[in-house]
Amino acid sequence: MNTPARQVPRLETILLLALGVALVVVLPLLHAAGLLSSFTLGVWGKYLCYAMLALSVDLLWGHTGLLSLGQALFFTLGGYLHGMYLMRMIGELGQYRKPIPDFLVFLGWERLPAFWEPFASFPFAVAMVFLIPGLVAFGFGYLAFRSRVKGVYFSILTQALTYAASIMFFRNNLLLGGNNGFTDFKFILGHRLDDPTTTRALYLASAVALFLAVAFCRWLRGTKFGLVQHAIRDGENRVLFSGYAAVHFKLFVFVVAALIAAVGGALYTPQVGIINPGEMQPEKSLEAVVWVALGGRGTLLGPVLGAVSVNALKSWATRAYPDLWLILLGGIFVLAVLFLPGGLVSLPARLRALFSRRPPS
Amino acid sequence: MKLKFLLASGAIALGLSSSGLRSAETVKVGVLHSLSGTMAISETSLRDILLFTFDEINARGGVLGRKIEPVVVDGASNWPLFAEKAKQLLEQDKVAVTFGCWTSVSRKSVLPVYERNNGLLFYPVQYEGEEESQNVAYTAEAVNQQATPAVDYYLKEGKKKFYLLGSDYVYPQTTNLVLLEYLLSKGVPLANIGGGFRRDGAGKIISAGKYTPFGHTDYQQIVAEIKQFAASGDACVISTLNGDTNVPFFKEYAASGLTAETCPVVSFSISEDEFRGLPADKLVGQLGCWTYFQSLNTPANKKFVADFQAWLKKSSVPGLVKEGRVTCSPMVLSYVGVYLWKAAVEKAGSFEVDKVRAAWKSGLTFDGPGGKVTTQKNMHLTKNVYIGETRADGQFKIVSSFDHVYGEPWLKGKFK
Repeated sequence: MNTPARQVPRLETILLLALGVALVVVLPLLHAAGLLSSFTLGVWGKYLCYAMLALSVDLLWGHTGLLSLGQALFFTLGGYLHGMYLMRMIGELGQYRKPIPDFLVFLGWERLPAFWEPFASFPFAVAMVFLIPGLVAFGFGYLAFRSRVKGVYFSILTQALTYAASIMFFRNNLLLGGNNGFTDFKFILGHRLDDPTTTRALYLASAVALFLAVAFCRWLRGTKFGLVQHAIRDGENRVLFSGYAAVHFKLFVFVVAALIAAVGGALYTPQVGIINPGEMQPEKSLEAVVWVALGGRGTLLGPVLGAVSVNALKSWATRAYPDLWLILLGGIFVLAVLFLPGGLVSLPARLRALFSRRPPS
Repeated sequence: MKLKFLLASGAIALGLSSSGLRSAETVKVGVLHSLSGTMAISETSLRDILLFTFDEINARGGVLGRKIEPVVVDGASNWPLFAEKAKQLLEQDKVAVTFGCWTSVSRKSVLPVYERNNGLLFYPVQYEGEEESQNVAYTAEAVNQQATPAVDYYLKEGKKKFYLLGSDYVYPQTTNLVLLEYLLSKGVPLANIGGGFRRDGAGKIISAGKYTPFGHTDYQQIVAEIKQFAASGDACVISTLNGDTNVPFFKEYAASGLTAETCPVVSFSISEDEFRGLPADKLVGQLGCWTYFQSLNTPANKKFVADFQAWLKKSSVPGLVKEGRVTCSPMVLSYVGVYLWKAAVEKAGSFEVDKVRAAWKSGLTFDGPGGKVTTQKNMHLTKNVYIGETRADGQFKIVSSFDHVYGEPWLKGKFK
């Protein structure tokens, strides 16, 4: 209470570690012991992938002051690139019993298009998961930041980018499955996807990836780079006049954020069993921004908490209150904006302030 | 304090025992539709008709003496969420059967889940075929129960030129490829098929017709092309445009001076229910083709429509729209699906999916609002097909019908 400024980060470290242990160790153990169903673990795997998307949004918005409204694009790209590998692994078990993916048979193709060939290799697909979203982010970021596109204009551009990409991916001509996208996956690295151990392995991969991403962001925040990053957020012109090339810093953060989202998307595809252009539509990116706002912008715990809690609530309420859940969710968002502007992570501090005798500062 | 505790624990015990009893007397049935998002306007109607059907069956003693307990979930027009909800219904709620899905992508998304868990999904909306899962009962219209009968009707009416137009996704693309083969087999020359073709390197046609993306609004150029195509006076349009793109298309169509007399349009995605969001006066005389129309003048249909309206009036389902409700083919195929499932369960004497499927394959019949339907070995349904002309009130005047059409999902390469 006396020195909250120093205590909060320490508390945050403890909380992050506790959460990490719970997600990486406890949940998989419970599943292995048969105390947690594969369904629940699978759903949690999905939440953690969404958490990576939220973290990616927060790295830009909360830490660098760049509100990207198109972050789901990189998430979906990662999902598609890994999905291409998973599609190749179906082999001849599709509806048509042909060696090429069903949607290509349906489009009249008899042989695999050349760009599909290398995706039978898992390492290649993984490399692409990093390379392609990274290149897209680099190209877009370079053009946007060099032209000093800032603030709301940057947000609009990112939104336009993901919208344009979704229209492109909806087209059957792109040979990436059109509206239906990819589905009916069967195997990953030789393991059946419906196997409980595969479910656990995929969950574990998501938990570890998220943990590493959070750890990386935390480390970055403590470096000189992190200071410049926050300085850009709080007063970009001053940073420029101090002699820092803000463009390079922003570009680096933008690419890193895209990669975090892409890895989240790559892990998301096998766990939900489908990836399609609907995931790139602008509202998906907006949803991710809402998770961050609800969890606590500019923190590390916030995005994770926001993504997991909103999606867990959605899973529960679409079954428990199928008619009312949108009102419920919307109501929570409104209440959070009104009474909890710092997000869920600020709740303990608010409560403490409420119950301590001293008036809140 | 003590009394309160006793009362509370008594109430809990009662609650537990009664819920225990209830689950023994009921059978859980999943309802998996989008109640929110872009598909909600269409799919909520299917949820409503399903709840109506369950009430009707429960009032007559249920299925195998057990009342149907619906488990309604919201897929929220979100395809990964559909897969999650399907898993939840099968693995957690352990439903005996699910009625659900509208779009092909939602069906494709849940299909692996049903196959993995050996569940059973009843799918009620016209679709592209090219699929025959043992875990799906397709009460839906196959392409030969909608598109090819419409062509037969046009040919009989003396039409010689056919323009193919659709939204760019699997259902229109497949339907149009099948139609292309069908038209050629009927002696219609390639030059008389409009909309354009796309060929692969070897010159084989891999896509026929004109396609616009979802949400497309500018139909000026396409309508101009149709007008030119229809100048000879013996042309017609076959439309697989989906959802709200129909509004700008038909507005543009009417504005250009084209009418149902000069060049009729048959749409496969517009039923009575769609006129809640479409201007019917812009479509007067244009055709629809389904296995049911509300205007069917049979005692079974009149009773069905009246019963549904009566149910709407007294139902207390939250969020239920009570005014201006109509019935349409996807709704009736949902209704018919529930009764066929009931018949299959009763024949099998069990709720077990394998036995229910075997009963379905044995050929069950049901006299529904759209006439007699018969289940087939390929998990599809034989049913009557009707062609109707749109009236200004959003209903259809039936102009032609085809009895007992066999549902065939594999049509590519069938018509030579």
